[in-house]
Amino acid sequence: MKLTPVIGLEVHVELKTKSKMFCGCSADYFGQKPNTHTCPVCLGLPGALPVPNKTAIDWCVKIGMALNCKIPLFSKFDRKNYFYPDLAKGYQISQYDQPFCINSSIELKNGKKIGIRRVHMEEDTGKLIHEQGSSLIDFNRSGVPLVEIVTEPDFESADEVVEYLKKLQQIVRYLEVSDADMEKGNMRLEPNISLREEDSKELPKYKVEVKNINSFRFVDKAIEFEIKRQTEELESGKTPTQETRGWNETKNQTISQRSKEEAMDYRYFPEPDIPPIRWNQKYLGELKSQLPELPQKKFDRFQKEYQLNPYDAEILTRERSVADFFVEAVEDGKKLEISPKQIANHIINKKIDVEKVLPAELIKTIVGATQTITMDQGELEKIIDKVLLDNPKAVDDYKGGKEQAMNVLLGAVMKAAGQKLDTNKVKEKIKERI
Amino acid sequence: MNLNQLTLIETKKGLEEKKFSSVELVKDCLEQIKKVEPKINAFVSLNEEGTLQWAEKADEQRKNGNNLPLMGIPFSFKDNFCTKGVKTTASSKVLDNFIPPYDATVVECLKKAGVLIIGKTNLDAWAHGSSTETSDYGSTKNPWNIGHLPGGSSGGAAASVAADEIIAAIGSETAGSIRQPADWCGVVGLKPTYGRVSRYGVVAMASSLDSPGPLTKTVEDAALILEIIAGNDPLDATTSPKPAEKYSQGLNKSIKGLKIGVSDEYFKDVNPQVKEKVEAAIKLLEKEGCEIVKIKLFPPEYAISVYTILQRSEVSSNLARYDGIRYGNDRTFFGEEAKRRIMLGTYALSAGYYDQYYNKAQKVRTVIVNDFNAAFEKVDVILAPTNPQTALPVGATKDNPMYGEKADALVEPSSIAGLPGINVPCGFSNEGLPIGFQVIGPQFSESLILNVAHKYQMLNPLYKQKPNL
Repeated sequence: MKLTPVIGLEVHVELKTKSKMFCGCSADYFGQKPNTHTCPVCLGLPGALPVPNKTAIDWCVKIGMALNCKIPLFSKFDRKNYFYPDLAKGYQISQYDQPFCINSSIELKNGKKIGIRRVHMEEDTGKLIHEQGSSLIDFNRSGVPLVEIVTEPDFESADEVVEYLKKLQQIVRYLEVSDADMEKGNMRLEPNISLREEDSKELPKYKVEVKNINSFRFVDKAIEFEIKRQTEELESGKTPTQETRGWNETKNQTISQRSKEEAMDYRYFPEPDIPPIRWNQKYLGELKSQLPELPQKKFDRFQKEYQLNPYDAEILTRERSVADFFVEAVEDGKKLEISPKQIANHIINKKIDVEKVLPAELIKTIVGATQTITMDQGELEKIIDKVLLDNPKAVDDYKGGKEQAMNVLLGAVMKAAGQKLDTNKVKEKIKERI
Repeated sequence: MNLNQLTLIETKKGLEEKKFSSVELVKDCLEQIKKVEPKINAFVSLNEEGTLQWAEKADEQRKNGNNLPLMGIPFSFKDNFCTKGVKTTASSKVLDNFIPPYDATVVECLKKAGVLIIGKTNLDAWAHGSSTETSDYGSTKNPWNIGHLPGGSSGGAAASVAADEIIAAIGSETAGSIRQPADWCGVVGLKPTYGRVSRYGVVAMASSLDSPGPLTKTVEDAALILEIIAGNDPLDATTSPKPAEKYSQGLNKSIKGLKIGVSDEYFKDVNPQVKEKVEAAIKLLEKEGCEIVKIKLFPPEYAISVYTILQRSEVSSNLARYDGIRYGNDRTFFGEEAKRRIMLGTYALSAGYYDQYYNKAQKVRTVIVNDFNAAFEKVDVILAPTNPQTALPVGATKDNPMYGEKADALVEPSSIAGLPGINVPCGFSNEGLPIGFQVIGPQFSESLILNVAHKYQMLNPLYKQKPNL
């Protein structure tokens, strides 16, 4: 029996808006004193009402647009009802059957397309802290805007998943809507994994969801672990249980959390406190025009416009700040005849920290490294003429088509000049004088 | 006549003309409260000392030449309005210890206008009911006959106005909770258009229906209060961006030629005495020059099913936050009625039932909305009895879980459609219990229905009659 993994992915991205999703509290909760960023709304006090954050919704739609999703003209919020102590209202405001963005796909390097089912907006929950035998709730995170991006079960390996995740992370960072910092929980991953027989077209009858994964490395490990675990079960004739499992970092394995029998019924219904959202084409057009150049496009353009190889272009476009730095440096370097390739090499090889150095400073450094003291032209010509006289063989060889002979002449000129000169310019001069 | 018996307009005038002070006014109110509270139990909590202190400050301000529209006038607030620093229970023991850290928008608007919060009035727990009998703090009694119910859920509010314990009251209606107790207690009750008055800070019952509004002695009083509490609220996304109107200014407009729709569907199964008084009111308005137009409306009983599904569903979600983790008292403190509603709503929203119940109810809701829209193409307003019967005796809700919905049959359709409506007293039954009618108008037609109601009240000023307590 040959088995193929069937993997889908849900990714939560926390937006870095100034205020929370439904109230005016600061959304910058990381490392803050517990329960200092709260108000009646995000505490879910009796009578408090949510008012949606326009910027957050715009950003959610921008993520959808950057992923080429369709943006339906009508959308709404829904209530997802469930009990958990960190959920202030006893329900989460989310989107159910009419999310902001739907139907798209992202292409992987191997040419395979991963379907994106939906991109929707919701709110984060509070955080439980278990300390010295008691449990405490910090509501600072309650109501922070979250965007959930759901794919079709199109992945067949952990590598594909990781490649997709990196792309997604890069896109949201380009949009500057989230830091997508895994360690801070800005980006949370939930793969669902099952296995089907290779020649079967149908989806497996079960699905295992893995929660609480906060790094690309762990998602890779968790998927590999599940593939192995489920393969063993299937090969011994059993069907793996439909369940939710959690990734345990210390044990390096997934652990069962909740089985299908305990599956929740969220009793979704339209959020009556928030009127539905109706877009018009003009506004959506404006949002679209605000999108920056996206990584893939930039990657292609860098190769074409700056004659970079794919390797350099990939590194330079990985982060928007580096790409912007590069472009500015190229601009600055033009006058000094520093080529884009020189700049690219310098940024990549010297691992330039673009936060600490200004593009103009970088150019200065490059100029310093390839120092071309402009020598008096007359003097240079004198030196060249003397070298040509002293090396008749090399001159003849060069004239006879031996390119290497030029290096002999060049070396002699450089030595006679006793200074570091621009080799290209000197070469030109030598050709002239021959 | 004691000062507590004055209408809001009279009180405002008296204070501004310095005929009496705010302290005198508050003292008369407190005296009446002391006298009648043991009989009617309209309040859940009182703020006697605080109100007197604020009244002193108001008098001082006035002496210094400062004034606010309603400065130093005591109001009662239904206990589902959050009041900063003042206990707010929604008449449920679950919130027995809840002191809100913030004011509801309506409370804030009125405080800014100078209103004093003399106390919080009783309601059916969580506003679930039409009798106040489901309150965890004892039932309120009807001031006209304490063997009878005041109606609900704003029963405490209506009784506090009828018994002249205060000058005016703030209540809330989901479907009937202002108009029905106003009817049974013989006072004016205005349910504004959904979205006209902010819900922020009102303990949520059914979020797509809840509408705060005033209960008053006169229509003029209601208009004045609406002016202060209506308008867009950045804290409530469902409030309309339309600016509030000067509701008191159009009250005396002529209503000659105005088309009043009357539908037989709203007179079926109505107590003959109620029918007689409401019909007399219609005659009086006809004499005033209104044109009475027979219309056919969607039978109101369908609204009961729609309302029951939608309201229970929203309730089951809205009450989820009282999960025992905060607010002190856990879920065992929920009363029978709340539990019934949570269970029914949870069921209606469950996987597999959603389409059958919630979705279907929403579709019928649209039918009802369209039905009213069609009616308002033919007529300007609709007039009907507010309640099929006069106040029922205490204990009527026992073993009758659908009691409230039946009692509210005539107000539920307009609530579901989000329309404004106002109850105006138009007579008394042989037993001396009040009878009223309602005027319903299109969305945001508050000025119009207030105009009609005021014109009628001027012809038949029953508010001058007081219960004998």
